[in-house]
Amino acid sequence: MSNLSYVRIKEIPPSAPPVGQRGIIKWLRENLFSSWLNSILTIFALYFLGHVLSGILPWLFGGNWGASSLRQCRDETGSAACFAVLAVRWKQLIFGFYPGAEYWRPILTFLLMVLALVPILFTRFLRLASLSALFPGLAVWLLWGGSFWPVFCFYLGLFSSVYCFYMLIQKVKLPFQTGFLTSIGVFIVFTVFLSVPIQLVVESLLPLTLPSVESAQFGGFLLSVLLGVTSIAICFPIGILLALGRQSNLPLVTMICVGFIEFVRGVPLITLLFVASVLLNYFLPPGTSFDLILRVLIMLTLFSAAYQAEVIRGGIAALPVGQYEAANSMGLTYWQSQRLIIMPQALKISIPGTTNNFIAIFKDTTLVSIIGLLDPVGMASAIRADQTWNGIYWELFVAIGSLYFIFCFGMSRYSLYLERQLQTDLN
Amino acid sequence: MAPSPYPSEKFRLGMLLGDTRYRSTTIQVFAFIVFVSVAFWLVDNTAKNLAALGKEIDFSYLSSRAGYDINQRLIHYTNDSTHARAALVGILNTLLVAFFGCFIATILGLFIGILRLSNNWIIARLTSVYIEGFRNIPVLLWIVMFFAFLTEMTPAPKAFKGADPTSTMVFFDSIAITNRGTYFPMPIFGTGSIYVILTFVLSLVGIVMFLVYARNLQRQSGKILPRFLISFLILCLPSVVVYFLSGTPVSLEYPYLKGFNFKDGVHVRNSFLALTLALGVYTSAYIAELVRSGIQAIHKGQTEAASALGLRPNRVMNLIILPQAIRVIVPPTISQFLNITKNSSLAIAVGYMDVRSTLGGITLNQTGREMESMLLLMVFYLIVSLGISSVIQGFNRAFEIKER
Repeated sequence: MSNLSYVRIKEIPPSAPPVGQRGIIKWLRENLFSSWLNSILTIFALYFLGHVLSGILPWLFGGNWGASSLRQCRDETGSAACFAVLAVRWKQLIFGFYPGAEYWRPILTFLLMVLALVPILFTRFLRLASLSALFPGLAVWLLWGGSFWPVFCFYLGLFSSVYCFYMLIQKVKLPFQTGFLTSIGVFIVFTVFLSVPIQLVVESLLPLTLPSVESAQFGGFLLSVLLGVTSIAICFPIGILLALGRQSNLPLVTMICVGFIEFVRGVPLITLLFVASVLLNYFLPPGTSFDLILRVLIMLTLFSAAYQAEVIRGGIAALPVGQYEAANSMGLTYWQSQRLIIMPQALKISIPGTTNNFIAIFKDTTLVSIIGLLDPVGMASAIRADQTWNGIYWELFVAIGSLYFIFCFGMSRYSLYLERQLQTDLN
Repeated sequence: MAPSPYPSEKFRLGMLLGDTRYRSTTIQVFAFIVFVSVAFWLVDNTAKNLAALGKEIDFSYLSSRAGYDINQRLIHYTNDSTHARAALVGILNTLLVAFFGCFIATILGLFIGILRLSNNWIIARLTSVYIEGFRNIPVLLWIVMFFAFLTEMTPAPKAFKGADPTSTMVFFDSIAITNRGTYFPMPIFGTGSIYVILTFVLSLVGIVMFLVYARNLQRQSGKILPRFLISFLILCLPSVVVYFLSGTPVSLEYPYLKGFNFKDGVHVRNSFLALTLALGVYTSAYIAELVRSGIQAIHKGQTEAASALGLRPNRVMNLIILPQAIRVIVPPTISQFLNITKNSSLAIAVGYMDVRSTLGGITLNQTGREMESMLLLMVFYLIVSLGISSVIQGFNRAFEIKER
């Protein structure tokens, strides 16, 4: 071994990669200039971006927030954005013609809605979900005003019927159907016979009344969110029922469901809204007329339920037939197997489609502007019709568009989060 | 001992609900009764209401004089024409918007969808901004925005006037974009142009035949012809040759400024442009997502297997990925076309005279025939949507994976 002239006894540190293979240069070469085509695309994209931004940024950030008319804006800041219209008219864009003194009510409703959504959206708080059931009644009372006690009595009836159901099933061990029908009976009896006397008594003891607000005064984003959230919430269960009906082995039920779904999906929403505004009165007993917002809400809900049914049907169809066979061989009844085996999987598969549908519903609420309701798009035209703001377009569009974007983009991000949460297969 | 007899249980009323043999009948009879009574209730109410108003369902108004003008018409129409003809003009206008909207959406959607998959960081980011931006803002807002852009941000015709005009026509001085609409050159077909058109049609047939030949050649011998290049040559060369041989019979009539407006050429109204562009661009974002997800849905093993066989990336895309992705992409894309057709009913926001604005708008208001007009309108949309869904089913049947 003595002929070895040199033995390295210390490891030398690895030398740094060549300049082109590290840090920002490597990133640039890989992501922006990996081939001549990519280089051309990059340069073109950068030019395009620079061109667009150099036009938009000064307009956006040089905006005028203080003027009182479009003319004054143009005099003060030239062609820059005239956001003064938002500063002056933001209340109408958000609340429509809701009375100014009562703005706290929609705001409180919105906050309550966020609170009520938390247990539904985040599985960690799921055990609080029954509290969320209190929200719809509170929202109706807060938004439309009137006495609190009818809402209270409704919930009292609901609570007693649920409690009765629970006692019958758990303690008396009645079969499910009997318990269910009995509790519905309890609710009807309560609502018909007890509700009104209780309301009268409590009302005289403790009047709890808010000034009532007409539906016609609703507008702006208040209206969009009201229509969107309500029809999203109601269309989901109806959609499940329709999808089950369509997939069921009862030919008559299937036919009715298919007929409904295909009819609604075949015509544009705008024709249905026109039906709601001009034709619905023909279909109801002579002399009935009810709120336009309620009619629109019914149409919007039915419309989205048909789409939701198709989304869920896709999820059900995607399940391997072995799942049904396994459920049947376990001796589960139809509803048990749907509730425990089929739906949890089918709904999970249909999350992306469901999200798309919900986003579509929320965007479709803008269509009510065509039948004369003042949602943000309708309100923008109304604002433009005013002499002071005649000719203002982009400031309103940017504001309305970004609000919609926040809501819709938020929904799609949440659905990605939910998909990750519910992922059960390992990748 | 004799075998015990088949358990003959006597029929009890409770079995209608408890026994699965009878339950489905019970439920269906119940559903039928509910359905029929609701339907009867609705029809009865309608009949009573109509009787109270002194109206009855009557379609004869369709053959009476319409009395209103339609600013864009593809067939002859004056205000002396009938309501039925007005409805037909509207239907054609709807189909026109739908056709061009689908065309724009497909081209843009394909383009954006492929760019979305690019490994170029900035391009991928820009396209995702495009997709998310268009998908998350209501289409009605886009329609109104495009209309505002076309009417507010473009110059008036008088800006083109004078020796030193503030605006000029674009694209070799042939297209005038003004706030009153866009003027395109109009092709004028002179004598002999029939030969050019005939040649063009024949070369289209030739392309189809060539593509069939190329496919069979590839299946039999594995030889791949440069399809795109040859198709392009078949498309152009004969027509150009015949065009010059027959003495350049087709010429373009350029729009020119006369007085305060443009004359000649094809006048495309802003309402049409705004609606078509908005629907096309909005839907292209959806189609782009379909293209992207369709390509990504193909299992990675397919790419790896193809590469293992020694195919180059281009070939992997053309021969392995795309034929499989097409099956995933096409059906939802066709249903997006249906969406374009249905969304074209938003034409009312920009005053475009589609079928909803003629039949379901002015005709309805003038004659007071809400029930009949809405019924016809819905039937039209239902026919379109059923037609499109049968196309989807036909496609699915033709392209479904055939397993043994």
